[in-house]
Amino acid sequence: MVKLAEWMGKGIFRKHGIPTPVGVVVRSAEEAEAATRTGRVPLPCVVKAQVLAGGRGKGGAVQFANTPAEAALATRSILALEFKGEKVREVLLEQKVSILREFYLSFALDRSLRMPILMASAQGGVEVESVPEEAILRIPIHPFVGLAGYERRQVIRLFGLSGPAAKSLDDLLDRAWGVFQSEDAELVEINPLGLVGSGVIALDAKVVIEDDAAFRHPEYSEVRDDRTPLEEIAREKGIAFVQLDGNIGVIANGAGLTMATLDVLAEFGGRPGVFLDLGGTDDPGKVTEAFLLMAKAMPRAVFLNIFGGVTRCDTVATGLVEAMKQVPASERFPLVARIRGNNEAEGVAILKSAGVTSLSDLKESVQATVRAAEVPVEAPRGTVA
Amino acid sequence: MSVLVDADTRVVVQGITGHQGTVHTRQMKLFGTRVVAGTTPGKGGTEVEGVPVYDSVREAVGATGANASCIFVPAPFARDAYLEAVDAGIRTSVIVTEHIPFHDMLSMYHYGLSRGSRIIGPNCPGIASPGKAKVGIIPNVVFRPGRVGVISRSGTLTYEIVSGIKEHGLGQSTCVGLGGDPVIGTSFVDALPWFEKDSDTDVIVLVGEIGGTAEEDAAQAIRSQVTKPVVAYVAGRSAPPGKRMGHAGAIIARGKGTAESKVAALRAAGATVATFPYEIPELVATQLKALEHR
Repeated sequence: MVKLAEWMGKGIFRKHGIPTPVGVVVRSAEEAEAATRTGRVPLPCVVKAQVLAGGRGKGGAVQFANTPAEAALATRSILALEFKGEKVREVLLEQKVSILREFYLSFALDRSLRMPILMASAQGGVEVESVPEEAILRIPIHPFVGLAGYERRQVIRLFGLSGPAAKSLDDLLDRAWGVFQSEDAELVEINPLGLVGSGVIALDAKVVIEDDAAFRHPEYSEVRDDRTPLEEIAREKGIAFVQLDGNIGVIANGAGLTMATLDVLAEFGGRPGVFLDLGGTDDPGKVTEAFLLMAKAMPRAVFLNIFGGVTRCDTVATGLVEAMKQVPASERFPLVARIRGNNEAEGVAILKSAGVTSLSDLKESVQATVRAAEVPVEAPRGTVA
Repeated sequence: MSVLVDADTRVVVQGITGHQGTVHTRQMKLFGTRVVAGTTPGKGGTEVEGVPVYDSVREAVGATGANASCIFVPAPFARDAYLEAVDAGIRTSVIVTEHIPFHDMLSMYHYGLSRGSRIIGPNCPGIASPGKAKVGIIPNVVFRPGRVGVISRSGTLTYEIVSGIKEHGLGQSTCVGLGGDPVIGTSFVDALPWFEKDSDTDVIVLVGEIGGTAEEDAAQAIRSQVTKPVVAYVAGRSAPPGKRMGHAGAIIARGKGTAESKVAALRAAGATVATFPYEIPELVATQLKALEHR
């Protein structure tokens, strides 16, 4: 998923005609000073760290400024922050508005209903998890019909708005639904949605774009994410790679088998340090790259658990044998292999010729892996099975 | 009887000239499936694995009487491929393709629903009934005809479990992999009643995983609609809490979606829940024995 920072989300909102406070994103104190001095951002203004984590108000990541000098100072101090592990690279300066009321609004997917769902609450500006269930209005939206007028009126009634404010909310709801659909979003959240004067305005923006729709949205390809460097390399190669804090590496194919393998490993006292889901592949080169990546994570032992459907066992074996030739001596690890499914006999034979035995029992394989990881690190690292 | 596919199933493979389409056409035929046609726009008039290729699904259906489709076309074109199948009168489509945007799936699902067409998948291994037909990519070697019905959200884990059932000397009636995407055409709730009605199925194996509320919904369906014994497994008990979806996603579920919640719901509905995948065959065997003594 591509989580967009607030300023990018608000950019999308403006493109779709959703009102937001006048604002400018800056990357230095000098830019902040200039933006406020020239009136591009009217004073007084709010200075907000552009990080993805919530709870910015309490952590010093949101400050206020009355003069260009104060704006520069606030920007400098926020840029020096590391907020919940995330380095602040951008700061949003926004005109301060006087808020009469705050509401909550979001569009997301309801997997059980297989429909988008609109959620609204008259209690905005707080974490929505803390809002009681009965205070949240949920409206499933049929994708062929969209958000109907009577459904928008339910939200208007919930918020207790009338006159121009009601009309402005009616319009905003329609536009926000448009953002959810046309931007291929998995989440569009406005919290808080503010009543300012006689209209509603998006005071925050949380927009998450679906990864699988990336081919329709090249404009989001540069959005940074919170991955480790190895995770980033894996992503580029189309390998699902997640680093944890244990010492055993697991290479499997398919999310379900990967999770089940981790479950069994945990049961027998193993601590997974990296797991890597090969997915479906018919390219031995991808398997080789996966192994080389695994070696970089320096696991104490690796368990390869493959059941070939789309993936053929001989493809995996060929890729693995090639990787064994390429892994530098300093990065070698003990390996336990279990490959089954399509072309199993061919795969097992290829592994055997390289000195690796493929085990068939899951429990035994996991126990062998846990034992291998317990061998003191000073001992020579080689391939075992 | 079997579920959704049988010896009369006539399959058209959409995207048959691609690598996966070709490989799995051969495997489906080896399984005994009647693969009667393939489609790839622009490749009409050729043959793949002895199967005639047509430019459109409508032509394929007209010439061969195909009544089910297996879709291998790349994600950006999958929506179009499915709509084409529905409009050509296909009533069951297995979509193997992964990475289809869920917004596309929403319109595919609701369009199919309005036309009486059923999607299995996407991002799924498909459906197979040993001795009858297979539509999808589950390896042929894991099957053996028998009395165990399998419904799973996973791909490779399904193979692992189905294979374990065979190695235990048991066999399967029908096995269906529903796919792991956020929006799937057929859920546990849809599939459970089919297996309940299926005279070839004695015990149902349900393979779930963490995330979403599909297993909690399934538990509800087991309680109200299923009398046959259910053996369940939920993968991901030890998985670290992943990168969480936004707040809104979290509140849809409200405390559901964890392995604990799913296991508890399934147990409360009367299912036997395995802690590890390799325990399933023994638990199934126990249930089958209990049925014999009834």
